[in-house]
Amino acid sequence: MSDNDILTEIYRDQMYNLLQRQERGDGRALDEYREISIETGVLERAEGSAIVTIGDSKVAVGIKMQPGEPFPDTPDVGVIITNAELIPLASPTFESGPPGEVAVELARVVDRGVRESKAIDLKKLCLVEGEKVWLIFIDIHMLDHGGNLLDAASLGAIAALLTTKIPNKQYDLAEEDEPLPIVDIPVAVSMIELEGNLLVDPDHIEEAVASTQLTIISNRDGTLSGMQKMGSGPISLELLEKAVELGIRKGQEIREKYLYPLMNEIPRL
Amino acid sequence: MADGVYTFFKDGLRLDGRRKDELRPLKIEAGVLKRADGSCYLEHGGNKVMAAVYGPREVHPRHLHNVTQAIVRYKYNMASFSVDERKRPGPDRRSIEISKVSREAMESVVLKERFPRTAIDVFVEVLQSDAGTRAAGINAASVAMADAGIPMKGLVTSCAFGKIDGEVVLDLCKEEDNYGEADVPVAMIPRTGDITMIQMDGHLTFDEFKEGMKLAIRGCDQIYELQREALIEKHQNDLKAKE
Repeated sequence: MSDNDILTEIYRDQMYNLLQRQERGDGRALDEYREISIETGVLERAEGSAIVTIGDSKVAVGIKMQPGEPFPDTPDVGVIITNAELIPLASPTFESGPPGEVAVELARVVDRGVRESKAIDLKKLCLVEGEKVWLIFIDIHMLDHGGNLLDAASLGAIAALLTTKIPNKQYDLAEEDEPLPIVDIPVAVSMIELEGNLLVDPDHIEEAVASTQLTIISNRDGTLSGMQKMGSGPISLELLEKAVELGIRKGQEIREKYLYPLMNEIPRL
Repeated sequence: MADGVYTFFKDGLRLDGRRKDELRPLKIEAGVLKRADGSCYLEHGGNKVMAAVYGPREVHPRHLHNVTQAIVRYKYNMASFSVDERKRPGPDRRSIEISKVSREAMESVVLKERFPRTAIDVFVEVLQSDAGTRAAGINAASVAMADAGIPMKGLVTSCAFGKIDGEVVLDLCKEEDNYGEADVPVAMIPRTGDITMIQMDGHLTFDEFKEGMKLAIRGCDQIYELQREALIEKHQNDLKAKE
């Protein structure tokens, strides 16, 4: 057993004891997020950017855009490319090298949220059908791993997209840069399952202890656009349905409190 | 669809003539490979997958071993000729993610504590794909794992549900997957009813999700029976061969 395993065992005991009284290590309610802050437009070389903190977690997201070739099967829509790196700067447990399976999964879940919710009207990003469309690169850098990086990354991605300006001037395509055509705002809500309880926004210790983690991505109208179970623990159908309901509710709260204020005008549903 | 043209249904049936809650035909055969400790060949609609299990065996590289339990490794690989347009060989981001969630779907049934310091390696090779390859892979891997004699709390079974033309349906075929509105692969342990994998992309309401889960669970129960039959048949043949 490594030192980390032993620590996890100790935390596990402590968490189980607290859960008997429906409490968590840092005093939060089970369905309560840590403090969230979103700063947008902080990185000037990027077309859009955001630095998001959730508790001790910190994530930087930058959006770069450039004209490029569309995929052959979708010749008239823009392209989204999402990448995430768990750089060793962010945690003693991250190692350098090409993205591992956790980073790949995280990027793909964030990507699916943006893509499947149809958050961006990609048809409007076609320049010449079959030849030239806008490519949107969403690059996510973890800076501090305090747990629940996925929600921070997803929140960062949508916040950065909301404040992205299409660089028309740089590529001589129009007189003015213009905002991205955003039509929906997906929010990812992650939680862990422990002894039949659902704990929203786990910190890194809670994540290490839990064997089941769920992410629910929902849209403005309360419908689902993505979901992912992570970890090797099983979950009952009853609890899964509860988790989905909880995810939709918390997603709505976050959207109203943190994302609507970033928009000049909230498009009607 | 908004214009009222229902392209995915004809007389209440789907493109391939199935009902909404009907699986594509399945064929499962256990113990098809000679060198592997356990193996399975599975066809599900147009999917053709081969699964092999090796282990419990020594862990390479050594530093990955765990002194308290076996490690489970799962490799999902698509053959370059398994899709219409040749796929570049080797792992891509999609197969890395599928390998991870599939491993996690299987891990919870394996009695890993019985085999500390060892590895149980699962290899899934997709020879022909037709939507639902990860589910087919998990179903095959589960049978191969049992065929290898690895102690498990139960078999893991997987199938997907989705949405086409606004209707929730079981087990999407390729056209339905490409143009459908949602795809939700589910894996579960039919013996306990616990869910071990769920992913979703597309667009669903909460009620549609609940409806789909019911379909998926019923689908898994049917596949579970076929998995059991395949294992029983393999063992009966083994017995006959000995006589």
